[in-house]
Amino acid sequence: MADETRKIAFICSKGDLDMAYPALVMGWAALGNGIDVTIFFTFWGMDMITKARQNRLELAPVANTSMKMKMMGLPTGNLGIPNLMGVIPGMTAFTSWFMKKKIAAVGAPPVGEYLQMLVDGGAKLYACKMTVDMMGLKKEDFVDGVIDIVTASDFMDMTEGSQIIFI
Amino acid sequence: MATRVIAGKTVQVNDEGFMTNPAEWTKEIGGAIAKEEGIAELTAAHWKVIDYCRATAARLGGKSPTLRQITTGTNVSTKELFALFPKGPAKKVAHIAGLGKPEGCV
Repeated sequence: MADETRKIAFICSKGDLDMAYPALVMGWAALGNGIDVTIFFTFWGMDMITKARQNRLELAPVANTSMKMKMMGLPTGNLGIPNLMGVIPGMTAFTSWFMKKKIAAVGAPPVGEYLQMLVDGGAKLYACKMTVDMMGLKKEDFVDGVIDIVTASDFMDMTEGSQIIFI
Repeated sequence: MATRVIAGKTVQVNDEGFMTNPAEWTKEIGGAIAKEEGIAELTAAHWKVIDYCRATAARLGGKSPTLRQITTGTNVSTKELFALFPKGPAKKVAHIAGLGKPEGCV
């Protein structure tokens, strides 16, 4: 093993349910392999660490070209959920519920619990200062485990030598 | 397939040094690999995790459990698990327990 510990930093910029998981899965795998993990949350990614939002992330069916009706067990081949149907009230709640069920079926925990596992495993979480100012958020709005609110420049300083993954 | 001598016993290992035949494993081998991994002394808490992994692997056809399966199966918290096997518990536990790397992602 190399003397210097490998370091990975994730920038989470999305708040959709499906876009929350890549950093959680890869970050957890990195920790399990002895790699240092830092996660910077910015723009909509902030939802992943905001108490009021964390376990309410959603997946909208409108303009989602990958979510096919076939996923729900219908014999519809490559037909997607028609956008016109996607605008019906309750459809986003439905697709979010469905995706959460799919995620749970492979043994992956909900976003809040997963992120707490990463924190317990030593991941360092930071919130983006510009987004905090823009959205009028405060440190108290975030879940435990968020170390600080930092600027983009601070993030660059603290991730020197890290591999950076933008999501 | 390569072999190596651990704790006075010749065992089969793969390219990454993981044992390939769980039946060749002994507690002494576990202790010797732990030392190589930087864990000087295996305590009762370590053994609780190792025994669980061995038992699970025996049940799952040789597959070692993932970290989440270990924490939910043993009631050892994530924090505790990372403290017991610092810097990469996923690989370390499997290595010490004489099993292959866990194949799951969670």
